[in-house]
Amino acid sequence: MGFLGDIELAEEAAADAFALAAERWDRDGVPQHPAAWLIATARNRTVDRLRRRRALAAKAPLLARAEPEPEQSHSDTMIEQLEDTEFADERLELIFTCCHPSLSIEAQVALTLRALGGLSVAQIAAAFLVPEATMTQRLVRARRKIRDAGIPFRIPPAHLLPERLASVLAVVYLIFNAGYDGTPPGAGSGEGPASRHELVEEAIRLGVALVELMPDEPEAFGLLALMLLQDSRRAARMRNGELVLLADQDRSLWDRGQIAAGEKALRRALALRGRGQYVLQAAIAAQHVRDQVDWAEIATLYGELARLTGSPVVELNRAAALAEAEGPLAGLAAIEGIDGLALEDYRYLHSARGELLRRLGRSEEARSAYLRAVELGGPEHELRFLRRRLDALG
Amino acid sequence: MQYLIQIYANGSVDWDSMPAAEREAITAEYIAINDRPGVIGGAQLQPVETATTVRVEDGRTLTTDGPFAETKEVLAGYYLFEADDIDAAIEVAALLPAARMGQGVEVRPLVER
Repeated sequence: MGFLGDIELAEEAAADAFALAAERWDRDGVPQHPAAWLIATARNRTVDRLRRRRALAAKAPLLARAEPEPEQSHSDTMIEQLEDTEFADERLELIFTCCHPSLSIEAQVALTLRALGGLSVAQIAAAFLVPEATMTQRLVRARRKIRDAGIPFRIPPAHLLPERLASVLAVVYLIFNAGYDGTPPGAGSGEGPASRHELVEEAIRLGVALVELMPDEPEAFGLLALMLLQDSRRAARMRNGELVLLADQDRSLWDRGQIAAGEKALRRALALRGRGQYVLQAAIAAQHVRDQVDWAEIATLYGELARLTGSPVVELNRAAALAEAEGPLAGLAAIEGIDGLALEDYRYLHSARGELLRRLGRSEEARSAYLRAVELGGPEHELRFLRRRLDALG
Repeated sequence: MQYLIQIYANGSVDWDSMPAAEREAITAEYIAINDRPGVIGGAQLQPVETATTVRVEDGRTLTTDGPFAETKEVLAGYYLFEADDIDAAIEVAALLPAARMGQGVEVRPLVER
């Protein structure tokens, strides 16, 4: 019985097995190999008991990992060894619980990273720039709400699934972006601090888990593809702490293996007839890493995405793609077509206008557009980029 | 578990200028919710002007006219709902006319004793 590892549990199981034997053997007669029967029965009982223990004390022991403790609780490891398939289902249930819309988005992110990722509370806190005590408190409150509000541990029924899946994907993408965009003040190297990039790795790991758990969900494949393709350009994205535009990036620094993996995930998403927001964004990201970028196709994809999301930011991206495909005038016209008020204070609208005006040689108009963009602020490396553009205008 | 589904009015709906037929249809929707499995109670409240606030100081009961808190959003009705988890309560809450008419619907679990 040593393989069960847990003395108390093993003893309970053995007692159970004997009790069951008394009952069964009475009814059905003594089996041919009573000892083997007893051991097998005790083992089954242990699995039952482990399952029950998890269903009760936690499904939360998975969540209870907010306190510093070894990687997985003992019973987790055992169940994992004994029943891999069941464990996969439970992981999926756990993801849906962590990303339940009754929890705040901060809580969803923290819980997902803690319960499903491999990061410690200290690491999560560092990545989101909050004190560890704050993050611990956030996790405690979230777990308490799951218990007290009756947030279920289960894969949502079909009629709730689209909304809930969207919420899960949004959390994973948010984790990715927190790691991807997070450039700390005064970063001298080409990358953010390790704690930030850990978020990117966690998000991709979660993305892989999602497609394994939901092999028929095109948007899950779309999200994974999007993250892989975006992150494949990481090493080329910054040079000496400065942002490098896509067109100026050193392509030899791109991670070809990751691009191939991203394209594979995208093909799968398209084969599943996916046309959701992550699939479309992944298709755009895939175009960006081609040798011959098809800007007209990118503009079409952005158009589709804009209809889906109604987002003026997406419209702005479509305008930028149009400018590449048909020239800066077409891009400018598309920018003028965007509901002006919606993006009036959006710095990228003004920097994009500045860029197109610069290309058209309309230096004065370009200058005031760039100045407006600088005025609206932003991360330091972006501001430096805009000032360089301004300087170049003379 | 039990949940209190609270309906908050915020003055965003102009009941007076609404055609009678529409008003009745909305009332019928609220009444129909009572027949759903799991709904174990519920009522519409009289307007907030009918409220009386009570406190006791030095053994004396002090009553004042009006609600405990003067807010724009006032509790207008509630359902008491029993279900396995919050998803079921959210589904019922989403059926309420108030939820789609820009009023507030809040789901709160009850403390189990």
